Amino acid sequence: MPVSTDKIAELERISKKLRYDIVMMIGAGKPGHLGGSCSIADIVTVLYFHKMRHNPKKPKWPDRDRLLLSKGHAALAQYAALAECGYFPKKELGTLKELGTILQGHPEMRRTPGIEAYTGSLGQGLSVACGMALAGKLDKKDYKVYCIVGDGEIAEGQIWEASMMAAYYKLDNLVAIFDKNLVQATGPIVERYDTNPHGEKWKAFGWCVLEIDGHNIKQIADSLDEADKVKGKPVMIIANTVKGKGVPFAEGKADFHHGIMTQEQYETARQLFEDDCK
Amino acid sequence: MNMQNCRAVYGETLVELGRENERIVVLEADLGKTTMTKLFEKEFPGRFFEMGIGEQNMVSVAAGLALCGKIAFVNSFAVFAAGRPYDQIRVSVCIGKVNVKIIGSSCGLSDFGDGATHQGIEDIAIMRAIPNMTILSPADGIETKKIVRAAADYQGPVYIRIIRNDVPDVTEESQEFKIGRPSVIREGTDVTVFAHGYMVYKALKAAETLEKQGISLRIVNVSTLKPIDEEAIKELADGVRGIVTVEEHTIIGGLANAVAFVLRGWAIPIETVAIQDCFGQSALSYEELLEHYGLTDKAIIKAAKRVLG
Repeated sequence: MPVSTDKIAELERISKKLRYDIVMMIGAGKPGHLGGSCSIADIVTVLYFHKMRHNPKKPKWPDRDRLLLSKGHAALAQYAALAECGYFPKKELGTLKELGTILQGHPEMRRTPGIEAYTGSLGQGLSVACGMALAGKLDKKDYKVYCIVGDGEIAEGQIWEASMMAAYYKLDNLVAIFDKNLVQATGPIVERYDTNPHGEKWKAFGWCVLEIDGHNIKQIADSLDEADKVKGKPVMIIANTVKGKGVPFAEGKADFHHGIMTQEQYETARQLFEDDCK
Repeated sequence: MNMQNCRAVYGETLVELGRENERIVVLEADLGKTTMTKLFEKEFPGRFFEMGIGEQNMVSVAAGLALCGKIAFVNSFAVFAAGRPYDQIRVSVCIGKVNVKIIGSSCGLSDFGDGATHQGIEDIAIMRAIPNMTILSPADGIETKKIVRAAADYQGPVYIRIIRNDVPDVTEESQEFKIGRPSVIREGTDVTVFAHGYMVYKALKAAETLEKQGISLRIVNVSTLKPIDEEAIKELADGVRGIVTVEEHTIIGGLANAVAFVLRGWAIPIETVAIQDCFGQSALSYEELLEHYGLTDKAIIKAAKRVLG
């Protein structure tokens, strides 16, 4: 369904809330995956609050659309979205990584309502998503499986095993979103371990490739609709994003892949979002 | 003794399960002609998935299928099934107790011709280290069938070793198989021999020889390597004068370690028949290779005599 101007404004507000929650979850003086979580915040927002068929009251509903973060370290964005949807109380966000919490450092489906698998050992989530899509085909169900993959992550060989398999089995119920935030843990991808070209690779592996601005709500929504029309192929949406998007001091910085905000930085970010979210 | 081919039994059992339960799906990494999943492929092409030669993707895909209600059997040679996708088994499958069955075919030295690269001799050690994993090693064709059925009924990850070659039946058709429970194959009073897989047969042969020399061996088939039934192991080790463990696996991390750990603190001699800390190699016959690595009834006899002093 085309996304209305009002809806776009609402989604933009929600994505700011998610970023605010991400910053609050990490807090000052403690490390957290700020960069990768913020780069996918808009995509996650559009999926949960516009595109996906899901029911927070029934997280195990068999016909639900599914979202897996193959780049599991960006879990904070998904946790914030799940809480905002009502999968669990928002106060749980304050327990991130505490002993016994439902919100682990990386996604764990047995602990967190709404999480679909165990991901974060990079390269595996896309394959698990393929298995879910394959099951959907087998059971003649119409759910979609969405999977967010990182541009650093695709150095993992398993990604390419999965990409061949998804094309071979014509998994057109699988939509992957490529978070092209250009930065891996130790620096810019082009300087550290260049995985380019991206679109050409996925095309060569038999995928339908779309390319968007991963922070433009309308482009994200439209591309997800476009993906629905593709038959006989999995879809890869290359989303050009900024690592740490929305948090000025973290934008484009490898240090904030898993960085520590100073008290001052934390207050700056908090103030920024509080003004924004008013 | 009646001989059966364990992988043929495995393939046939999978077909039976497929007929009984629509949730059974089979994934293969281009070894279906050998692992015998080709039988399932023939009867249920819609539920058979060739994954190409990519074991890591195969395991994670199986997890995805299982998370949507399927009972997924993943197949390859033991060396690849346990070795290549270790982290996928750990993360995609075991942390969440996902209902995936990993089949390690051509286990141990049973792929005698292909050499060290293809001989899975450390698979049990790798699998034992992963929490939530259940490990089963059938001794013969009769038990293979029961174990595959038990694995399908069990909710959660299971690793099963499948022997490549024809082996004699040593277990009883009438004996019920229950995950976790070791079974006494032959009663004896002097030494308890704990064995699994084809080595149960070797232990029986040793027991027959020693009986003539007045030494009585109790032969126990430990077909569940994990979880190990500590109480049963202690009970079966009690009252004899020594223990021997026998396995077609490296001396590190398998049955030898499991039994020694259960009996820690006991004042009882334990001897181990296993592959030493070394790789296999090619040979023209299975028996020749087993003999080279000391996995024979003679070695078991020697070990039994050593524990008796």
